[in-house]
Amino acid sequence: MSQQTDDRVLLMAPDDNVAVAKFDMEAGTRLNVQDTAIVLNAQILIGHKFAFKPVKKGETIVKYGAPIGIATQDIAPGEYMHIHNVASDYIPTYTLDEGHEFFTGAH
Amino acid sequence: MTINAYLRPDGRKGIRNTVIVAYLVECAHHVSREIVYPYREQGVHLIGFPGCFPNPYSYKMMEQLCTHPNVGAVLLVSLGCEGFNKGKLLETIRQSGRPGKLVIIQDTGGTRKSIDEGKAWVEQTLKQLESTPRAPMSVDELIVGTICGGSDATSGLTANPAMGRAFDFLVEQNATCIFEETGELIGMEHWMAKRADNPALGEEIVKTVAKAAKYYATYGHASIGPGNADGGLTTIEEKSLGAYAKSGQSVISGIIKPGDVPLRGGLYLLDVVPDGEPRFGFPNISDNAEIAELMACGSHLSLFSTGRGSVVGSAIAPVIKVCANPTTYKRMSDDMDVDAGRILEGRATLDEVGREIYDLILRVANGEQTKSEALGHQEFILTYKRFEPLGPACFPSAA
Repeated sequence: MSQQTDDRVLLMAPDDNVAVAKFDMEAGTRLNVQDTAIVLNAQILIGHKFAFKPVKKGETIVKYGAPIGIATQDIAPGEYMHIHNVASDYIPTYTLDEGHEFFTGAH
Repeated sequence: MTINAYLRPDGRKGIRNTVIVAYLVECAHHVSREIVYPYREQGVHLIGFPGCFPNPYSYKMMEQLCTHPNVGAVLLVSLGCEGFNKGKLLETIRQSGRPGKLVIIQDTGGTRKSIDEGKAWVEQTLKQLESTPRAPMSVDELIVGTICGGSDATSGLTANPAMGRAFDFLVEQNATCIFEETGELIGMEHWMAKRADNPALGEEIVKTVAKAAKYYATYGHASIGPGNADGGLTTIEEKSLGAYAKSGQSVISGIIKPGDVPLRGGLYLLDVVPDGEPRFGFPNISDNAEIAELMACGSHLSLFSTGRGSVVGSAIAPVIKVCANPTTYKRMSDDMDVDAGRILEGRATLDEVGREIYDLILRVANGEQTKSEALGHQEFILTYKRFEPLGPACFPSAA
C-alpha cells in the first residue's frame, strides 16, 4: 500500500473500510490511516475495529476484502465499530444481557 | 522425519497407545470414571455416550473412536438395559484385533463388583500393551484436524492463518488435513467453492454451508458467543473469515461427515451440521464435540487456536493449543503450546509460526506431550445427530 498507515494499525485488504488495532489503544489516540489523520473516539482493544473513513448507514462493512455485515448507523472516521453499529447479514450476534459490557467507551 | 508409531493389528498406525473405557449410557458413567481414575496418568481415557436411545450417528462415532489408531484396547461399560448395540460394538473392536471387554453392571452385580472387574482388566491390559509393536510412519500417513475455540478478533489475524500455513506444509507432504465447523464458514462459501478440486465439489460446499446457515437460523443463534463479541468479533461473517483461515491455501479435495476417514491425503472439509430438518438441538454444543468428530475421521491430533484462552484437551488424540492473543498468552502460557500473538507484536512472521506448528506436530506425533496432555485434560462429549450418506460429488476428483 503506497499510502501511509500507522504501525499500530492493520488493514487486512486494500478495499477494507475498517481498520484493526494491533495493540490496546486509548480514546483520543491520534493515528494516520491511509494518509488520513483520525482520532479514536473510544478505547480500542487489540484486534478490535474502527472506521477510518465515513461509513453510511446500510453500507457494507468490508474486512479481509470480504463483507462482514452492514452499518446500522452512520459511522465517522475514528469511531469504534462493533455490535452497536454493525450487524450481521445472516444471524444476529447474541450478548449476555442489556447491561453486559461488551465494549468500553462512548455509546 | 519419521514417526515411531504404534502398529495396530488392522494395519493402522497410532501416535499414542491408549486404553479406552467407554460408558454406553450415562447410567454407566460413574462406574467407568471410577475404573479410569487410578490409571488416568497411564494413558487410560474415558469416553462415552450418555443417551439411552439408539442413534446411528453416535453408534458410528463410537465404532470409529473405539478402533481409532491411537487406541490399543477398549473396555465397554453398560448398565444393561440401554439401547446401545453393545454386542455389535464389542465384535467390531475384537475384529480390529484390539483387546476388548464388556462389563454389564446389572449382570456383574452392581457398582462395586463392576468397578473391580473393570480395574482388573485395565491393569492386565496395560501390561499387555507394553509390548505393542512399533512401526515407522511417514508424514503422509498422518491425519490432523483443526478447530478454533474461545475465539477473539486476534484468532483470525495470527493463530488461524498460522495453522493454515502448517496445514499447507502438511498437504505438500500429502498428509491428510481436516477443517470443519461449517457454521463458522457462513459467508465464505463462494470463496471456498473456488478452491474445490472440481466444480461439482464446489457446489456441494456451497450447499453444505447453506445447510449450516439454515440450521443455526432455526435456533436463532449463530456460532458466535458473548466472549467472541467481548474479544472484538462483531458478526458471524467476521468470525467465519477468521475461522476460514485455518484451512490454509491448498485445494479442497473433498467433503466428509463425522466418522468418514479420508482414503488419501489432501485437505478435507468436515461437514458437522446434521442433515434433514433441525432436531436434537445445536449442531455442536461445545468445542469437544467437534474434536470427537475430527477423531472419528481418523485425526491423530488436533490443532486448536484460541484468543480468549481455552484450556481443553481431549481423550484419545493430543491437542496442540495455539494462542492467538499476546495478552492471553502472557496470562495463560501454562496452557498454550504456541504463542502466535508474536505475529501481531512484530516478533515473528506467519511463515515462522506456521513452521513452528508443523515441527511441533511431528514432535507430538513422536510422543512429546502437549500442554493439555501434561495437565491431564481428557475432555470428551458426544450427543445425538443425524446424517445422510455422502453424495458422489463429495469425494476427490468426482468431476
